[in-house]
Amino acid sequence: MDNTLTQITLSNGLKILLKEIHTAPIISSWLWYRVGSRDEVQGRTGVSHWVEHMQFKGTPQFPANVLDKAISREGGTWNAMTYLDWTAYYETMPADKIDLAFRLESDRMLNSRFDESEVASERTVIISEREGNENEPLFLLGEAIQQTAFRIHPYHHEVIGDMADLHTMTRDDLYNHYRVFYVPNNAIMAVAGDFDTNSMLARLKELFDPIPAGNEPARLARQEPTQNGEVRLSVEGPGATSYVQVCYRFPAASHPDFFALSVLDSLLAGPSNLNMFSGGISNKTSRLYRALVDKELAVSVHGGAQATIDPFLYTITMTIHPKRKPEEALAILDKEIQRIKEEKVTKEEIARAIKQARALFAYGSENITNQAFWLGYAEMFANYEWFQTYLDKLSKVTAKDIQHVANEYFKPQSRVVGTYVPQRGEA
Amino acid sequence: MDKHNSALPGPDDIHREVLPNGITVVTRSNFNSPSVVATGYFDAGALFDPDEKLGLADFVTSALMRGTKKRTFDKIYGELESVGASLGFSSGVHKSGFNGRSLVEDLPLLLNLLSEALTQPAFPKTEVEKLRAQLLTGLAIRAEDTSDMASMTFDEILFKGHPYSRPEDGHPDTVRKITRDDLVKFHREHYGPRGMVIAVVGAVKAEEAVRQVKRAFGGWQVKSQKEASELPALKHLKKTVSKHHRIAGKSQSDLVIGTNGPMRRDPEFMSAMLGNNILGQFGMMGRIGDVVRERSGLAYYAYSSLSAGIGPGSWEVNAGVNPQNVKKASDLIMTELTHFVEDGVTAEELADSKANFIGRLPLSMESNGGVANALLNIERHNLGLDYYHRYADLVNEVTREDVLNTARKFIDPDKLAIAVAGP
Repeated sequence: MDNTLTQITLSNGLKILLKEIHTAPIISSWLWYRVGSRDEVQGRTGVSHWVEHMQFKGTPQFPANVLDKAISREGGTWNAMTYLDWTAYYETMPADKIDLAFRLESDRMLNSRFDESEVASERTVIISEREGNENEPLFLLGEAIQQTAFRIHPYHHEVIGDMADLHTMTRDDLYNHYRVFYVPNNAIMAVAGDFDTNSMLARLKELFDPIPAGNEPARLARQEPTQNGEVRLSVEGPGATSYVQVCYRFPAASHPDFFALSVLDSLLAGPSNLNMFSGGISNKTSRLYRALVDKELAVSVHGGAQATIDPFLYTITMTIHPKRKPEEALAILDKEIQRIKEEKVTKEEIARAIKQARALFAYGSENITNQAFWLGYAEMFANYEWFQTYLDKLSKVTAKDIQHVANEYFKPQSRVVGTYVPQRGEA
Repeated sequence: MDKHNSALPGPDDIHREVLPNGITVVTRSNFNSPSVVATGYFDAGALFDPDEKLGLADFVTSALMRGTKKRTFDKIYGELESVGASLGFSSGVHKSGFNGRSLVEDLPLLLNLLSEALTQPAFPKTEVEKLRAQLLTGLAIRAEDTSDMASMTFDEILFKGHPYSRPEDGHPDTVRKITRDDLVKFHREHYGPRGMVIAVVGAVKAEEAVRQVKRAFGGWQVKSQKEASELPALKHLKKTVSKHHRIAGKSQSDLVIGTNGPMRRDPEFMSAMLGNNILGQFGMMGRIGDVVRERSGLAYYAYSSLSAGIGPGSWEVNAGVNPQNVKKASDLIMTELTHFVEDGVTAEELADSKANFIGRLPLSMESNGGVANALLNIERHNLGLDYYHRYADLVNEVTREDVLNTARKFIDPDKLAIAVAGP
């Protein structure tokens, strides 16, 4: 494969990562901003996500409704996403059309309008988005757990924001947030696909170099204190099915323990798939599936870690078997956690986790959009080298490391256990 | 568009071969990543389900990997998951399907497990019961899902008296009635090589892929494989029929408004697709998205879709709205549908959608899975190996009159099915 990687930072602070991939006449472009729900205070929760929506509402050069049509007309696909730590905008387009994406992104880094009327109509769209989320038991449970796990740190609220704030935030709240965080020195442009690096770089410089650098955005620095005791909570709602989520505190993705924890996650609950554009694999021979689903305490179990800047949560989600009680499933889960702390895992189990990771990487690399995603995504919580050396680091994990991290991070006194208690009949 | 665009599969790089037992193998190589997919379908869909045991075909596909004559459930998944491979089955109305992928070094293992699951499932009693509890939980979750229930209610109205009115995953009472013997019998009568298609796409040469498929499936013979019976004719709605399925305690209602659409093989297919794109897809969900989301702020999602398959599918608009806004959103959607059949589309809209269809085609084939789906699409609807090379011409020949005539043929704003699920 002919993959050239180039990294460069413009004088205004915009970091550019380019990776040539000549397997198909496609280019995928990702613009990442270091802003997410971690940058929001009470009263303005959800502002980052709402700003992301407003970025589709037009600039003087590309009015609302012109942008999306222009991309579609050229056969492109585009979207944006807001998360705890970042906001990303991407376009994947036929290679000869990608310039449109660059013109749009360089324009809306600076010139979005944030019209009052557009803010008003987007307010109800986002409220509707949140109402759709609230239809889901796992959203309701997850939100309750998150706000319990983080009292101080801004990871305490959902990315979409609290309903109260969605009703009251103003146009100026949104616009100010945009002006503070949408500056080139707070952004990364990552492009992968069928291009020549020199001419690509020249074009990006032409468009992005004139954008002035801004002040370095101030960050909230409220560290979550140590949790000294298990917290249990319940959420009631419609349905006939119970769910239990057990959340342990995990380190930042850049922490060396993250890799041993990834292997541990694989053994416990099946490998988490970090690719955004490529599905994962089943987990039917993971320890938790065997102990919980095979033994009919749950009908499904999943585990997931997130790669974040600050310590976040590892979440185990169990859908409880209709004939069982949540506490019974939790007791079995605890036994399995205890076992992994006490008994060393085998070399074969570790080798298996590494092979699984290798396969997931291969699936992800079929897809140019996914490769471009990784270029910038890894930069949001570490750097691209994190991604490049991921498999190597996994392969260095030992049984001793796993036992160590199991004892260090799977502590009952720092977990939150949430139960969704359905308020309607039997299944 | 360049007709020899290397991103698009065509006669020069698709290999197609029919094995003596009737299995069709289609392959295309891609050596850019050391992975491979093996995906396909076979003639054992929910059409064969008796009403009182609806969900049978789905139950069978779900049970195929729960144990074979050679391996236990745990052993099957142990082998797959140990190498990071995946394999799953699903059922549709006409066909059931499978979807597997692995590193290319593990393709023989993947095909071997696929073959065992399809040809020698054991349906172990304890596993069948475990699975039944999982399926019933799935149905309990479905009953609380406004989107699923709105779609189900819509199908019941639109396809009343037709097999398409039935959900493939059945109902709790029908799934409870299915016995292990039913699974064994269904498998014996309906599973076989005739009508099966398998696409292998990835880092493997065509002849090697075919050789491996032959080794896994070449010996499969089934004499008694039953033929599907003819689909009964559709009874079209004589007036608009609305139904509200109540689900208490939800903060959002789902709304489906629509009618019958074309079959995939109908001559109107492409003009319906382009018309639908303008109606509820293009840009931010087309005209429907523009009116319901962008201008009125009533919904996060509001779009239209067309499901043209072997039989006549639906042409429908879906939206998720606050329960208080159901009427407002329905009225806006009905107005758009009327405008669509009365005035058709503009030249600019049609040109935009054509460019969109042609331009996005290579993007849909970024991954092995995307290419494999394209090959199966060709095979399922007999489109010809050069279909994706001819695609731009097929799109470009559609006129505004075609779109208008197609809209009028299928959509009558006075004869719609309207389903709502929510409080």
